[in-house]
Amino acid sequence: MTRRTVEPILWLLFSSGGVMAALFVPVLLFLFGLAFPLGWITPPDHDHLQAVASHPLTIIVVFVVFVLCLFHAAHRFRYTLYDGLQIKHLKELVAVLCYGGAIVGSALSAYVLLTVA
Amino acid sequence: MSGHPAYTEFHPRWYRRQMSTWWWLGKRAYLVFILRELSSVFVAWFVVFGLLMLRAVGQGDGQYQRFLDWAASPWVVVVNVVALLFVLLHAITWFNLAPKAMVVRLRGQRVPGSLVAASQYAGWVVLSAFVIWLLVGAG
Amino acid sequence: MADSITLQVTRYRPEEESEPTIQEYDVPLGRQWSVLDGLNYVKDQIDGTLSFRWSCRMGICGSCGMTVNGEPKLTCGAFLTDYAPGPVRVEPLANFPVIRDLVVEIGDFIRKLPSVQPWIVREEERPVSEGEYLQTPEELDDYQQYSMCINCMLCYAACPVYGLDPEFMGPAAIALAQRYNLDSRDEGSRERLDVLIEHEGIWGCTFVGECTAVCPKGVDPAGAIQRYKLTAATETLKSFLLPRGAR
Repeated sequence: MTRRTVEPILWLLFSSGGVMAALFVPVLLFLFGLAFPLGWITPPDHDHLQAVASHPLTIIVVFVVFVLCLFHAAHRFRYTLYDGLQIKHLKELVAVLCYGGAIVGSALSAYVLLTVA
Repeated sequence: MSGHPAYTEFHPRWYRRQMSTWWWLGKRAYLVFILRELSSVFVAWFVVFGLLMLRAVGQGDGQYQRFLDWAASPWVVVVNVVALLFVLLHAITWFNLAPKAMVVRLRGQRVPGSLVAASQYAGWVVLSAFVIWLLVGAG
Repeated sequence: MADSITLQVTRYRPEEESEPTIQEYDVPLGRQWSVLDGLNYVKDQIDGTLSFRWSCRMGICGSCGMTVNGEPKLTCGAFLTDYAPGPVRVEPLANFPVIRDLVVEIGDFIRKLPSVQPWIVREEERPVSEGEYLQTPEELDDYQQYSMCINCMLCYAACPVYGLDPEFMGPAAIALAQRYNLDSRDEGSRERLDVLIEHEGIWGCTFVGECTAVCPKGVDPAGAIQRYKLTAATETLKSFLLPRGAR
């Protein structure tokens, strides 16, 4: 019974996270991971970034993107471990570590986003 | 065949092959698959990186500049280059496979998968342009 | 061009050996010879003890699936000239236990298939006097590609998820479940959902996509499984959100 209700929900989180990761992550990672630090594009000044980051809409969007990305990654990584390393006999442990990580990450995201605002 | 019956009356000695731990090295398609799945690690890394950035922004201009310097250090740049490649692999495979999982209908007609994929790519470009404008252009 | 080609055939004779071995046979490289023709030449002319399954020789019966140079293939549709100058490796289908030589044990698939009820389920049969069930070309189009499946099990041999966990329902069975779910005459989708949503039914699939790549009949089981996951997930959400009666 648990499998019946939990697995479809996890899959929905995985899929919507996959969409978010595909849409948002490449551009954001390019800007903040490479273009800004390496000076290819002049980084936005602190006040502008602070203003963008503390807008309620940004907070909601970033929170949703982060949480869904985390559950997407957790779900996919869990199956990668099952298939790639053939450790399905450890499935409870793997599931707890993966989704546990996603839950902790979501809580941290909420905390950080609220402190920026 | 749940379980592994070692002996049955009529077929006492079936030969059962075990999949190697390295099965995903055996075929190009399997390798691409496992690389695609490993993109999950870098999606998670992106969230960690983003949280560090946001925390630095929240702590003021000094911390933000220090974050940019840290992000320019060689190992972080290398990690981010690799991460970007994996995330792009994820995005491309995702957009290409999504039309198979979803059937879109317009006025009763099934929209061809190539069109669905093309509109996703268009949406991707528009959204990316908007993010760049929001961060860089709208100063 | 050489006039013969070498087949490296996996032999397994359980009464003599505990592990499969490889035996080489030289067969004529006929212009239109398939790998199956080569095996039949071996059986008829060289070594009558070689065992393999075949029947129709024209890609319909689905019994001559084997692994040819590492790829799951219908041997009647794989031509020797495409593998020239050889040698050609012929092994039994992967992911199934081997009974003898190139013959595998398919009981697992044969047991799974009826569990998804791959036939038209009606709550109430219409009397013959009311005439046939009508279907528009669009309605036919919804499921037609899945109805091309010939149960050859190449998709099972290509699926690493099935290889790792035989509990997984597997590509063909799910695609055939979809074939009937998407049929406008069918009313059995709820019963099939109950089977497929449980255990490893559909959730084990990680969309490797090789099932679709190897299908000799152009069926897209990988796509069918993803579509089915979406349906199953929405149904589950509905059952959470809506009271029992409204479902």
